[in-house]
Amino acid sequence: MSMKLSLGPILYYWERERVLDFYAQAAGWPVDIVYLGEAVCSKRRALRPDDWLEIAGSLAHAGKEVVLSTLALIEAESELGALRRAVTNGRFPVEANDTAALNMLSAAGGTRFVAGPYLNVYNGETLKLLHELGAGRWVLPAELSRDMLAALQARRPHGMETEVQVFGRLPLALSARCFTARAHHLPKDECEFRCRDYPDGLPLATREGQRFLTINGIQTQSGSASCLVAELPELRAIGVDVLRLSPQAHGMHDIVQVFREALDGRLAPAAAEARLAEHMPDGACNGYWRGEPGMDWQPHVS
Amino acid sequence: MELVCPAGSLPALKAAVDNGANAVYLGFRDATNARNFAGLNFGMDEIRTGIRHARAAGAKVFIALNTYPREAQWSQWTAAADRAANLGVDAVIVADMGLLRYCARHHPHLRRHLSVQASATSHEAIGFYAREFGVQRVVLPRVLSLQQVRQVIAHSPVEVEVFGFGSLCIMVEGRCFLSSYVTGESPNTCGVCSPAKAVRWEEAAGTRRSRLNGVLIDVYAPGEPAGYPTLCKGRFDVAGEISYALEEPTSLNVLAILPELLRAGVAAVKVEGRQRSPAYVAQVTRVLRAALDTCQRDPDRYAPRAEWIAQLDKLAEGRQHTLGALDRAWQ
Repeated sequence: MSMKLSLGPILYYWERERVLDFYAQAAGWPVDIVYLGEAVCSKRRALRPDDWLEIAGSLAHAGKEVVLSTLALIEAESELGALRRAVTNGRFPVEANDTAALNMLSAAGGTRFVAGPYLNVYNGETLKLLHELGAGRWVLPAELSRDMLAALQARRPHGMETEVQVFGRLPLALSARCFTARAHHLPKDECEFRCRDYPDGLPLATREGQRFLTINGIQTQSGSASCLVAELPELRAIGVDVLRLSPQAHGMHDIVQVFREALDGRLAPAAAEARLAEHMPDGACNGYWRGEPGMDWQPHVS
Repeated sequence: MELVCPAGSLPALKAAVDNGANAVYLGFRDATNARNFAGLNFGMDEIRTGIRHARAAGAKVFIALNTYPREAQWSQWTAAADRAANLGVDAVIVADMGLLRYCARHHPHLRRHLSVQASATSHEAIGFYAREFGVQRVVLPRVLSLQQVRQVIAHSPVEVEVFGFGSLCIMVEGRCFLSSYVTGESPNTCGVCSPAKAVRWEEAAGTRRSRLNGVLIDVYAPGEPAGYPTLCKGRFDVAGEISYALEEPTSLNVLAILPELLRAGVAAVKVEGRQRSPAYVAQVTRVLRAALDTCQRDPDRYAPRAEWIAQLDKLAEGRQHTLGALDRAWQ
């Protein structure tokens, strides 16, 4: 079985037109699965639930498998309402990013879903439990290594797919506080949607100028982009089914293309890595995969 | 409202119990708990002694098994759960779904508390853990406003415990990989955050610099007090402005809103700090005991005493305190 490519949900707050344009293009890209929706901040409403469903319909029409991503941190009653509407949309499966979603899904009775990267899956027992609840696929949490994944794969229930993020800034943390608003000396309740100004997040550097982290509202991401294009043979050998590319503001078409060519054996790992370099202006990381600090980077040695 | 205090050692356990804790929580000496620090935690004999001491004073003992068992080490966590059950502790504090299910199946009569590390922030999430694993109490992550805490409790099928004092995690507990991004070790996997072995201090021309695995966390001017380089509490550069971009060194302190927490139906108030000294635990427990007693006697006329706040601020990170996310403006 060849591995599938997916586009993760857009984690930044893009203008409505930019989102529509992005997915209009993505419909023609060689990706198999598209995750849609707002997973970070419920205040971001440039697109309404119906808009997302409309995009979902177009992408499905273009032959993509569509999954609706749901909010990773749930604090307010209104957010539970939105989550419930997503879970019961009746047409597209959801990616559950919080246990509240699991509760609604199990109440809905055996609906198939994707266990998202914000759920803590560290052992086979948890994987089995998620499968019993209806998860047909799970996404590896960012901090897990190749060896931890291999151990989990050995315990993976039959028919459950495994997805790993192989490109893009890593989701590292969530908070009640909006750090973008804080950087602008604004309280979250009057944030003025400043995150709209940062389609790739707001860079946070050390006082020595090291590009360290990325601020994305209430989310903190890695400063550099994770890049596992050179590990495709290992990912395949471990039995990974889906490779996730996390959207960024520029170069996504080419990034998708590079992964597709690498998957099809038309592009060697070193060459693929070299081509992706221009799309990673803040550098690359792949430490987590090797069981090392996530920020570390070891280029491919051919 | 129960007062739940940290015990990183037997002397700390005694300090907590002797100063009025209703319950203490502790961990085994390994990665099965989220304070897996050198020189901390309990061997089996110490736990037995601790349980006797606590019981004699009418206090409960909880064991924290609140890290996420990795598949390859799974049996280490289930063995820890078995040991906790055999010891006859009053509850285990667990985060991982798989381990919760193990506990529910193998030790159904052992009370299960959902650790803050499980990140249950809504009544739907709590409902899931209550139904699937029979958890009887949930510790809320430090991300909810007071209004949201009220909402959660109003709809929660089980008891709710909240943090009352101690170091403040500003990220949702159990869902923060910042430490492993920098050092390879995180609270979830290894029970540590910004581990001491990755810390380096540099001094030059009176300036002190703190690094975590080489990453510059903070720079202190001559005479400026320096704190432990927890990586979310360093000073960084965002758009050219150097500031505590995520959070400053500060401690959570809920004394100002104890009556509100009581009226909201909070079952227990927890003190963070198993890594702290017995003297610290004694002082914090004493102040919180006095405050809780005063509040429960007459919540309408309760006001935190200036000397309580002063005593706690002396012990607080950065010698200052905050309500954290409980106060909407903080968010």
